[in-house]
Amino acid sequence: MSRPQSWVPTDPRSAPTREHVLSGLHGTDEGGAELVQLLTPEGQRVSDDRFGSWADDVGAEELKGYYRDMVLVRRVDREGNALQRQGQLGIWVPLLGQEAAQVGAGRAATPRDMIFPSYREHGVAWCRGIDPTDLLGIFRGTDHGSWDPIEARFHLYTIVIGNQCLNATGYAMGQKFEGKVGDGPDAEATMCFFGDGATSQGDVHEGFVWAAAYDAPVVFYCQNNQWAISVPLERQTRVPLFQRARGYGFPGVRVDGNDVLACLAVTRWALEECRTGNGPVLIEAFTYRMDAHTTSDDPSRYRLADELELWKLKDPIERVRVNLVREHGVGQDFFDEVQAKSDELAARFRAFCVAMPDPGPDRMFSEVYAELSPQLAAEKSAYLEYHASFEGA
Amino acid sequence: MSVPEIFRMPDVGEGLTEAEIVAWQVAPGDPVAVNQILVEIETAKAVVELPSPFAGTVHELLAEPGATVQVGEPIIAIRTAEGGTPEPTPVSESPAESKGALIGEAGADGRIATLVGYGPRQGAARRRPRKGVPGAAAAVAEPEVAPVVAGEEAAAQVGPAAAAATAPDLDDGRPAGPESLVPLAKPPVRKLAKDLGVDLRALAGSGPGGVITRDDVRAAASAQAAGAAGAAGAAGAAGATGAAGATAAPAAEPVAVPAAAAPESVGGVRREPIRGVRRATAAAMVQSAFTAPHVTEFLSVDVTETMALRDRLRASRRFADVKLTPLAFVAKAVCLAARRTPAVNASWDEPAGEIVYYDHVQLGIAAATPRGLLVPKIRDADRLDLHGLAAALGALTETARAGKTAPSDLVGGTITITNVGVFGVDTGTPILNPGEAAILAVGSIKPAPWVVDGELTVRTVCQLALSFDHRLVDGEQGSRFLADVGALLEDPATAMLW
Repeated sequence: MSRPQSWVPTDPRSAPTREHVLSGLHGTDEGGAELVQLLTPEGQRVSDDRFGSWADDVGAEELKGYYRDMVLVRRVDREGNALQRQGQLGIWVPLLGQEAAQVGAGRAATPRDMIFPSYREHGVAWCRGIDPTDLLGIFRGTDHGSWDPIEARFHLYTIVIGNQCLNATGYAMGQKFEGKVGDGPDAEATMCFFGDGATSQGDVHEGFVWAAAYDAPVVFYCQNNQWAISVPLERQTRVPLFQRARGYGFPGVRVDGNDVLACLAVTRWALEECRTGNGPVLIEAFTYRMDAHTTSDDPSRYRLADELELWKLKDPIERVRVNLVREHGVGQDFFDEVQAKSDELAARFRAFCVAMPDPGPDRMFSEVYAELSPQLAAEKSAYLEYHASFEGA
Repeated sequence: MSVPEIFRMPDVGEGLTEAEIVAWQVAPGDPVAVNQILVEIETAKAVVELPSPFAGTVHELLAEPGATVQVGEPIIAIRTAEGGTPEPTPVSESPAESKGALIGEAGADGRIATLVGYGPRQGAARRRPRKGVPGAAAAVAEPEVAPVVAGEEAAAQVGPAAAAATAPDLDDGRPAGPESLVPLAKPPVRKLAKDLGVDLRALAGSGPGGVITRDDVRAAASAQAAGAAGAAGAAGAAGATGAAGATAAPAAEPVAVPAAAAPESVGGVRREPIRGVRRATAAAMVQSAFTAPHVTEFLSVDVTETMALRDRLRASRRFADVKLTPLAFVAKAVCLAARRTPAVNASWDEPAGEIVYYDHVQLGIAAATPRGLLVPKIRDADRLDLHGLAAALGALTETARAGKTAPSDLVGGTITITNVGVFGVDTGTPILNPGEAAILAVGSIKPAPWVVDGELTVRTVCQLALSFDHRLVDGEQGSRFLADVGALLEDPATAMLW
């Protein structure tokens, strides 16, 4: 620490220490003073002056619903991991630990809102009514996603990091141009999901700049799970991510990403801001990736287990369960029923996966254009003929 | 019964071609459920566990621990109930899973996340109760299994040949082992080494930053016969974990040795990859030694009275169910003395600019285990009486020796005891467990000449050595603490006064 009186400009390379810059960032397991929370890790419902009213309507039934969502999503996630280990999927991207961040946000969106996911948003997909089996094709390598993005109002998964921020911004600008922003009942907004690693991408920066310049109705929903594969957050930013929004000229909020109620409330607020013309908004859901980046990753090579031990204490599902039991008197039979449901779902997920046929050789032609060009048609028939030549050979 | 179902080695990491069997968690005849962990494998990218795709009974293990198996090759045969497609009933609770990994625990029954359990497995978490690994291996070795390496004997025969066969591939620069094993050499040099049959991992590079040069390779080639290229362990490091003795990737060591590994001695030098607990310990020790200014003080103590007390208590019914060791008395003394000198039960929080004092003693006990040095903790040790401490010590050492220490037991210590006396040495200068303010080394307890009332006599004596972090513990406090511990051991009755 330099004393103010004796302060002289120092060598810029030695200027602020990491500790100075990073206080309040990763390394604390708390999100800092500005973290919005409505449900503590111990399952206590707490109030928040600014956002609490956005979840006032959530009672026992709603909370049970979110609990069910999170348990089912986690169960599917674990089954996906197992299927990869059994050679049934090429890769799986686990969401373990991020259930609340995804279910809270997903349940905050109305059917009119449009959502752009990255590739980990199985929980958001669930909230959009997409059957988990629809995700399997991507990870089994048989298709690029088999839901209708227009109908589900949920774009296909984007693998390129941060790229969907451009798509989302453009879509939101379109919503604005088409007059879908305002006080009317059919107002809508866009929500874009990405991770902390994506914030270092140019695409995200461009998206922020354009969204701000055009007052685009887009909620940038950053799930800060602390790790961009093996790179910890403090190597990517000098300020907490939500504070970056200020530089672009729109509000940023840090919410406890393991608190489904806070995520719900803040996202509801943010989407409403956007629908009524006050967009864009940045939400930083402060959470933790409890599993590997993907099934190809081994986090034990770059992070310590005691970090995980800390975050286990903030488990997003457990705190809802505790709250249901303590404050709403929910009995064990409810939890058993959800458990049974999740096992059923996982069994269906597994059975579907194992039975998935390999796509035929015509698939690469048939799904590209609505109508094949003559050239592609010729290529397709030539290719199929070539394939057929192996029959019986 | 019909033909058993075959589970083939999957590609668990986008384009891998092979993986090494680290340890089986099931043996022939065991019932298995869908998603129960069958085996731990190590790929170029990670150590991972494979869950069973079938429910049924293990018919045969088709690959030995240590064997490198190509993706797509059968590794296990499982007889399913119908011999057909298994009922896809996801079973979550694998026996191995029931301990540790509670991360995804969703309900009271804790089933959700234990299904696969990769989540909780990071770092320290990657250690599990091993279900009779040696037993399992032996069980396989005896019957059939002709095609695969059977037991150590066969491994010894097959070892060199198999290793030699794989060597060129490894030298190719493909990440057949973990990254830490990939030698520092440019692709043309790798090519040269491959052509000349030189194992780059056996070379120390003379280039800048230890890079292996062409000349190094040529020199090595001329020095050794072509076929002698040491094909050192394809067995990989189980993942460099980071710091804190807490972290560990236990598995590889014992099992990896028989088949592939056994690094050959080249020119009288044996090189072994740094991994697992070794690496974690090294990181923790370096971090501690270079951040906390250590001071060590010594004290010789006449523990005759304590030993006599121990003998009396041992004979009592109350202590019949525990093993009452001198260490239990030391632990008790440390807890009592720490109450008088809170500074030793504290830590230095540099980022916060604060010293953290702990209300309770989370007592670390350094333990030599098959996996290396681990420091499991006795929680709230200051709340335990002597019997409780003895019981906790017994449970803790047994768990640690069995390699079953839960990761949560390895973190969050506040002060540590290292019992170097069990190795027959008198004393040492212990290095602090990172984050803690003090560590007490207990030397061997043995008869020694001692002066009592001006007379030379033989007493039972033990040496204590206390290292403390001088940032927060001064000589006065450290000395007082050590003297207190010594006084309690010299005359345990003084504990009455505390």
